[in-house]
Amino acid sequence: MQTLVLDAVDKRFATGVWALRAASLAIEAGEFVALLGPSGCGKSTALRLLAGLEAPTQGAVRVDRAATMSVVFQEPTLMPWSNVFDNVWLPLRIAGIARDTARERIAPLLEAVGLAGFEGAFPNELSGGMKMRTSIARALVTRPSVLLMDEPFAALDEITRYRLNDDLLAWWRAHRLTVLFVTHSVFEAAYLSQRVLVMGARPGRVAADLAIDAPYPRSAAWRTSVRYAQVARAVSEALEAASSGPT
Amino acid sequence: MKSLAHLREYGLPLAVFVGVIALWEIVVRVNGIPHYILPAPSRVMVTLIDNFGSLATSWWFTIKITFGALLLAAVGGVLLASAFALSRTVERALFPFAIVLQVTPIVAIAPLILIYINSTTAALLICAWIVAFFPILSNTVIGLRAADPNLHDLFRLYRATPWQRLRLLLVPTALPYFIAGLKISGGLSLIGAVVAEFTAGAAGRETGLASRILEASFRTEIPKMYAALVLVSLTGVAIFVVFNLLSRWLLGRWHAAEQPDLK
Repeated sequence: MQTLVLDAVDKRFATGVWALRAASLAIEAGEFVALLGPSGCGKSTALRLLAGLEAPTQGAVRVDRAATMSVVFQEPTLMPWSNVFDNVWLPLRIAGIARDTARERIAPLLEAVGLAGFEGAFPNELSGGMKMRTSIARALVTRPSVLLMDEPFAALDEITRYRLNDDLLAWWRAHRLTVLFVTHSVFEAAYLSQRVLVMGARPGRVAADLAIDAPYPRSAAWRTSVRYAQVARAVSEALEAASSGPT
Repeated sequence: MKSLAHLREYGLPLAVFVGVIALWEIVVRVNGIPHYILPAPSRVMVTLIDNFGSLATSWWFTIKITFGALLLAAVGGVLLASAFALSRTVERALFPFAIVLQVTPIVAIAPLILIYINSTTAALLICAWIVAFFPILSNTVIGLRAADPNLHDLFRLYRATPWQRLRLLLVPTALPYFIAGLKISGGLSLIGAVVAEFTAGAAGRETGLASRILEASFRTEIPKMYAALVLVSLTGVAIFVVFNLLSRWLLGRWHAAEQPDLK
């Protein structure tokens, strides 16, 4: 069943810039899909359209009615005046769930994302990786069926990024949610996803759709395999072709 | 070494202050400067203690005007800032007036206000308010608009009500800006209260420290002028300290402005 669909979507901003031109994509329920492209190709715009934060100029955005969605931004986007617990509590708080009721759900979640013992810490006391974990916990606290992630690990160092990649995959496999993962890293896309949608720029469109045919669980062994290198090359070439196309 | 850090933080400025006062005392005594030109600090203190009865009444009056005006400035500034933040049209319509009030020197407006308002107390309050409210207004307007756009998106995704957005996002974002405005306005409302009273040249029972300074200057009681001046300065310093403590208490844990140096 198709959970997220962009059907020949155009998006033109008030500035006159065409962010997307006839962009189409379809994501099945439970899929882990990477949306890969150079900066400025409209991949964030595609994500914002699916999240309902922007409206398309032309074309249709279809999201499964039963889907519950969460978004993780590139920045952790935490409230600096609130500690980890209160930041994670926010979506439930807005939904009218009291702190004590929320605690039963938040405590095991913080444990699961590696933030146990940090409930009372403020964002300025956390490392970049911990901030991003808090941001992800906040996205997961509503138990979404769809997770939209906009280059969430782009600002992190490589070791932290690998660790968060693995934790994200473990969570996805355990909870069977649909993930759309926006990235500009060929290697991250090839490591994580079942399918890579390659975008071309100016105007943004989905230029290629490549299946990553490798079993899960994936680990460091996958990252160093010959097959992975081949896949990464194929994705790279598709990206190259999409970027150097007619402009 | 914590004690050494403490010594540098409090000991050094205190030592410099005491040193300057001592130097002043010595210069006056050694050169035999008459007290009607420059009184020694010891003489100012004695005058302050001798006249404390009359000075305290005036001091209390000045404090009342200062904090009354500051309270009105905070309430008025926040209400007007909220209206500005809600509507650009309201802002465009009213902001020029706020600027006109801000840029026109209070000494120039005060005589008019004193003519129009019968009660001197009310007139002084208005003068101090005019000086104090602009920093709170402009800072709070900026603060209410400073919320992280991604957080705004997040509140939209979770379908927050306008009230939730105000309470959980806009108010906490604006708080440091408001406090910064309050720090400036605290000092300004004292200046407004004193300057307006100088212009009023008020006499009578209900008068503040400015009137005491004026009286003393007419009688060339220089030590008494200094004594009243000491009380004005003390009030200003107290306001500064109180708002710094308030700022540290409200923002201490999370805001960069209140973090200790990372050295």
